[in-house]
Formats: sequence, C-alpha cells, structure tokens
Amino acid sequence: MSDNSFDVIVVGGGPGGYVCAIRAAQLGLKTAVVERDRLGGICLNWGCIPTKALLRSSEIWHLMHRLNEFGFSADNFKFDIKKIVERSRKVSEQLSNGVGFLMKKHKITVIAGEAKLAGKGKLSVAKDGKAAEYTAKNIVLATGARARTLPGLEPDGKLIWTYREAMVPPSFPKSLLVVGSGAIGIEFASFYRTLGAEVTVVEVLDHVLPVEDEEISAFAAKAFAKQGMKLKVGTTVTELKRGADNVTATLKAKDGKTETVTVDRVILAMGIVGNVENIGLEQAGIKVDRTHVVAGKYGETGVDGVWAIGDLVGGPWLAHKAMHEGVIVAEKIAGVKGVHPLNVSNVPGCTYCWPQVASVGLTEAKAKETGKKIKIGRFPFIGNGKAIALGEAEGLVKTVFDAETGELLGAHMVGTEVTELIQGYVIAKTGELTDQELAHTIFPHPTLSEMLHEAVLDADKKALHI
Amino acid sequence: MATNILMPALSPTMEEGKLARWLVKEGDTVKSGDILAEIETDKATMEFEAVDEGRIGKILVPEGSEGVKVNAPIAVLLGDDEKPGDVDISAAMKNIGEAVKAEVPKKAEASAKTEQAGKVETPKAETTPTASKVPSAPSHDGDRIFASPLARRIAAQKGVDLAALSGTGPRGRIVKSDVESAKPGAKPAAAAPKGEAAGAGMAVAPLPDARLFYKAGEYEEIPHDSMRKAIAKRLTSAKALIPHYYLTIDCNLTALMTTRAALNEAAGKNAAYKLSVNDFVVKASAMALMKHPDVNASWTDTAILRHKHADVGIAVAIPSGLITPIVFAAETKGLAAISNEVKELAVKAKDKKLKPSEYEGGGFSVSNLGMFGIKSFTSIINPPQSCIIAVGAGEERAIVVNGKVEIATMMTITMSCDHRVVDGATGAKFLQTLKRFIEEPASMLL
Repeated sequence: MSDNSFDVIVVGGGPGGYVCAIRAAQLGLKTAVVERDRLGGICLNWGCIPTKALLRSSEIWHLMHRLNEFGFSADNFKFDIKKIVERSRKVSEQLSNGVGFLMKKHKITVIAGEAKLAGKGKLSVAKDGKAAEYTAKNIVLATGARARTLPGLEPDGKLIWTYREAMVPPSFPKSLLVVGSGAIGIEFASFYRTLGAEVTVVEVLDHVLPVEDEEISAFAAKAFAKQGMKLKVGTTVTELKRGADNVTATLKAKDGKTETVTVDRVILAMGIVGNVENIGLEQAGIKVDRTHVVAGKYGETGVDGVWAIGDLVGGPWLAHKAMHEGVIVAEKIAGVKGVHPLNVSNVPGCTYCWPQVASVGLTEAKAKETGKKIKIGRFPFIGNGKAIALGEAEGLVKTVFDAETGELLGAHMVGTEVTELIQGYVIAKTGELTDQELAHTIFPHPTLSEMLHEAVLDADKKALHI
Repeated sequence: MATNILMPALSPTMEEGKLARWLVKEGDTVKSGDILAEIETDKATMEFEAVDEGRIGKILVPEGSEGVKVNAPIAVLLGDDEKPGDVDISAAMKNIGEAVKAEVPKKAEASAKTEQAGKVETPKAETTPTASKVPSAPSHDGDRIFASPLARRIAAQKGVDLAALSGTGPRGRIVKSDVESAKPGAKPAAAAPKGEAAGAGMAVAPLPDARLFYKAGEYEEIPHDSMRKAIAKRLTSAKALIPHYYLTIDCNLTALMTTRAALNEAAGKNAAYKLSVNDFVVKASAMALMKHPDVNASWTDTAILRHKHADVGIAVAIPSGLITPIVFAAETKGLAAISNEVKELAVKAKDKKLKPSEYEGGGFSVSNLGMFGIKSFTSIINPPQSCIIAVGAGEERAIVVNGKVEIATMMTITMSCDHRVVDGATGAKFLQTLKRFIEEPASMLL
C-alpha cells in the first residue's frame, strides 16, 4: 500500500472520528484521520471539555460565597475572566495534544485539510489551496455539526455569540440573553449567572431543558430562578437589534404579548445543524435529511465503503454517542462478529449546569405514551447523608419502571454530581437489569449513589430513608 | 529423620485413588523395593513400592480408604534411631484428614448441582406485586442459559421457554428483544439429551432441517407419530450417550437344528408349541446371563445394578416401528414357555396392546433379522440395559474343521456392549458361554 492508500480514512477528528480511528487501528486496519482544524473536534476544543473547565471555575466561585457555611472566612475575593478562559483553553490544548499522542501511539496518519469524497474509494484533501488524493477501502464521515442559526438570529461574533464566542469572552458581560434552553444554552446561562451576570433565558417550548423529564426540568427551573436567572418559556425572539455595545431583543410570548430587553450580549443556542456541505455527499449519492446524513443502524450510508457517524447523522447529538458509533463502524469494517447497533434509549444525557441534570431513557410522559403500566420512584437529596454533608441537599432522583416487567424505562436526576451518577442506571439499562436486581444491589454508604438505590426502592414504596 | 510416604500417582492422569490394602504394618522395617501397599485407581490396582528404607512409624490412611489425593501423606517412615513417639504426626494427620474429607463435600456438591439442574433458569421467586408467578422451569437440562434478567422476567410472563431461543445480545445472551419476538410456548428445537453429555458441556450442533435440501412437492411428508418420536429420541440418546463397542461370534447351529427338529416333531400336529431358532437364542441368553451376572446389568451414575433375573427383551418389528417386549425371568422358563410367551407378546405388540410393564426395564435384548437373510448387523443398546445381541441368519457355510472344509449351518451374533458396564473380556466370556449353549443346547440342562 502506498502512503496515500488506507484501509480506513476517517473524515473529522472529533470524538466520533478519532475514536473510530483508534478502534480501526486496534483491529489492524491501516487508518488515517483527516482534520481541518484541531484534533478532538468541537467537543474537546469548543464544547464539552472547555465548558466543563469554565463551569468548574464558576462552581468554585459559588462555593467561595459559602465559605462561612464551611467555617472559612475571606473577603474581597475576585475573579479574572481572562484567567478563567485561559485555564479553559489550556485544558483543551492539553487534551487535543493528548489525542495527537493517541493517534501516534496507534500509528494513525493524521492528514490536515478539508476532505471531499471523490469517487469510489477516493478522497481528495485540500490544504492551503492544494489538493491531495487518497484512496481508502472505507471512508467514515464524522464531520460533526455546528450551531444552528435562524433568519434574523444570526451571530456576529461580537455582540451576538454562539458557543464559540461565549467560551472565550474578551470581557465579562453584565447582562446576557440566552436563546435556547437546551444543554448548551443552560450551561452558559449557569456559568454567567453564577459569576454574577444578569441572565435571561428564552425557550420556545413549555419548559427549560425541554428534552428532560418535566418534573426534573421544573425542579431545575426553580433552582435557576432562585439563583436569579430569568426564564421565559413559550417565548420566541422576534428581533435582535444591535446597539453600539448592547443588543435589544424583542421577545414574543405565546399569548402574543411582546416585550423588549436590552442586554450586553446574546448567546444563540438553538440547536445544531450537521456539517453536510462540501464533502461531496450529493455526488456520491448519499442521502441527507434536514442537515443530517441518513445512516443505517451500523452507520451505513447506502454507498458502498462510505459510513457516517456522530453529529453528522441522527441524534442524540452527544460526544459519547458519536464515540460509540465510531467503535461500531470500525468493528463492522473489520468484520468483527456480533457487533450490536447503538440503542438510543440507553444513551445518557448530561447537562453541567448548577444543579446538574442527567438522564437516560424515557421520561415519565414518554413512558406513559407507550401505553405501558408504569411505576415511578423518587428520592430527594435531602434524604441522603452524603448530600447533606456536602452541603448539596437540593436535588431529586427519579426512576420510571415498567410495572409489569420491572424494566427500567428511564431515570432522571437533578442535583450535585448527578452527571457522575447516571452511569449506574445506564449499566442497569444496558444489561437489562430489572427493579429486582437493582433492589438487591448493595450501594456503598455514605455516597450519593445510595439515592439511585432508594429511587428504585421507592417505585415499590420500599424506600428506606424517606 | 522421619519422612512422609505420599500417595503415589500411578499414572499421569491419576488424581486420587483407593488405598486398597496395606502390606506392611506399623513397626515393620522396609527397604527400597518392598511392596508397601496396593493402590486402586479407576483403571487398575497397582503395587506401591518403598523408595527409601526405614521403619513404618505410623500408618496415616487406613486400608480401604477411597478418594485419597495424590501426594497426600499416607504413612510416616522413621529413620534408624527414631521411635514412633518422636514423630509429630499431627500436621501430617491434618493434611490427610483434609485430603480424604475433601472427597465428601465434592460429592455432595455434585449431587446438589444435579438437583439444581433444570432450576437454573427459574427466576427468583419474589414477593413484589409485579413478579406475579414463578414460571414453570423450562425443560432445558442443566446448562446455564445466558439471558438478561429482563428477558427472563418477560419470558416467564409470556410463557416463552428461554431454551428455545437463540440470543442476539453480547455472546449470544438472550435479551428483551429476543423474547419479545418469540412465540409463547416455544419449545426447544433440539433439547439437549439428559445425563452425561450435558455434564460434559459439549454443545452438539443440531442438524439442518432436511426440507432445506429438497424442492417442495418432490417428497411426501409423513408426520411423526408418538412411536416414531420415541424411537428417535431414545435411540439418539442411547447411541450418543452409551459408549458402544461390538463383539462378533459365529455359532454352529448343526446340533441346535437337530434338537429343534426333534422337539418340534415330538410335539406333533396341533402342538402346544413350535420352537424357533430365536427361542433357543433367548433361552441360551438367559442361561448365559445367569452365569455372567456382570453382563446382566445396568449403569447408573453412582453404581452398576446387577439384575437377579434374566429379563430378556425381544425386538419386535411392527408396522409403525419397533418395540422390545420382555420375557421376564427367562432363566426360569422352558423353551416352550418362552416360545409361546414371545408369540403372545409379538401379537400384543402388533396390536399395540403392550402395557409399559411388559416392555420397560429388562436386562438384555435380542434382535433377530435372520428371517430377512441378514448375515450380521449391529444394534443400538436398549437402555437401561447394557447389552443387546444382533442375531443373523442361520445359513450353510463352509467351515474348516480339523483342517478340512465342511458344510455347517452357521449363525453370526454381534453383541453391542455398554463399555461403562461390560468390558471387552467380560463381554467375550459371556459370548463364549452363549455360543456353547447355542451349539450344544443340551449343555443348558447342566
């Protein structure tokens, strides 16, 4: 094989792409990754990871305001947004370099440039005006997604931001309008609010974090409101008028009432669109539906030797889902036996606002829609010793079971560290454990995880500490 | 210095053995090469020689002890100046105590395992309101079925037998979707046979459905009746699970034919009996079985059952299959009685009027295809019996007697033996006796 010829070329070095490449290399395939920017993609450079670094700073800030409660005293403490951002960038850089190291370790060729399908088994990669041809038996498209914009609601990078600008603010805005209350919107809202900005969140649907269970969402909304966040649900932004150093937004409520708010900056977080342009999908005959590639359950695009994964294909648009798809496709390509498709209802979702929100599977409402007889378990953080010791007694764990079979249909949580707790339920769901096995599981004391147990027991009215 | 004499490994595969007999006693002086004891293994009894010289200070394992682990101390050998009292044998005793005791829980565990078999896939009986009923245990025998707890629960609720499903989960694990797509009441396509094969853990791939190889309409389909099913199941199990081997012997029927003719003639017309060659074979078998009780036996996991009577089964072909009614205590019956009983049983068999008590059990079987001119063949053992003879046609053959070719009526008998019960020499000796009874019918009178 020549240097330009591979078993697998992955287009896009985000979490889906680089994981796919590692797995392919592990399986003995000669593998390359094409990346136009930085390894690690949005997740690592402009998404999941740097925002977690920012949110850690805001969490510490929050705790500093509670020093007295824990027996400390200090005054005149300040934050420096530049340093907070600097730290966040360093974290990203470290991890992006880490991905580079992983590529080297697995002898994966990293090709810089923008790739485009160029006929069967061919890929052309453009870099600085020059194009190089590559051939591959298999091409995995993992070009990801970007922020959705709507007519009249376009970012300008200065006053009207997307996540990209919101992550590296040159100065700290005093007031902010966040459009969209999904994970991205709420995380930024939480970060800026905790650091003291006046934050208004606009959500077109009836409740914030609209994909979450309504009860959890309502619980979170209450906590946000208590922190001074203004939440406007069932509301749309009809106009954004830019001033010299501020923006005036016109908001329209469901009942038709309009109002205007003037804020320093606006963050647009209205979802994402797939990066389907300029990669030669149309010529190759690959179907696209509403900015996402239509792929089979193993990432097949319908075109021989071309696969698609991650945010480029159907949701949920989450890094861990993309990574898992990357593994599935690599194993399919290598002919590994017994590869199982991804089960969407077992993909957890995490939002790192304060308090955190995490969930897997069906919400109570969605479970009811299935017509199954369900039973619900709930356990509040106030009944958990560890939560009280941490000073984080605000939160709720909720389980949704099929009452007939004991199947865990869904689990939903809000509160401190729930993003670290949800995996317990994800394992249970993936392994098809029922309420009985979970009830028989011994959870360590004292931990927050005990609430997972209690919320299972409560579904049968057997909870012990409430 | 005192040394322990250890249980020897008499073969590379030996793990334990029986200390059958001590040939020395405490206080005896032994030298290298002296035989100390007889050790019995699953294969043989062997003599155990001393390697060192010294005096037997203490015998740790009494003779007759079974399941003594290889390398367990069985005696203490004292040096020249040592007295028995000098030796601290408690440590060695402790070891041997464990070595012998180890056997007991192992057996208990094994039987507990057997009891557990078949219950494995029964989900835990829970008192939660959702687990409505404990399902009937699926009929699969013993092998663990890999299924998710949720799949088990749904299977129980739907009445789906997990053993009938193949899983699509990781490593073939049965998951929810497998059970949901299954039909209630699904039965195992090919249930694993009971007994040792299951224990051996060998998965036997089922044969593909024969219909796959032929065009529809090119054959007629005859659904199985219960006898066909029983034959298929029983003989498949028998052939798969019983280690068959075969012994063939020729019998000279010259004397038997003469005797038979004389006896039948003596009965005259409207006779109360008419003896066939097979009646002689049955009688001879019964007599031979009494002389060789180790052939008149049945295998069980824990013991061989030696039968006190010669209950001889006769394979009877009937239109829908075959059945093997039994002449019970044939050794007590005369030729005429046997002959008449066989005829009666054959009629009942053809009329399907045999009671289970007339064909179940038995210690031995006779299958005869001589009337079809079959010279020799082999039969499948009819469990719980251990041997069956396949009797060929009596025919004139050229035989060599004292260096000369002569003509004689000969008959070939092939005996199928269960090697677990009947070893080669045992079977051969039995056939020798059977041959003598057949060749010299009068000797049965002795």
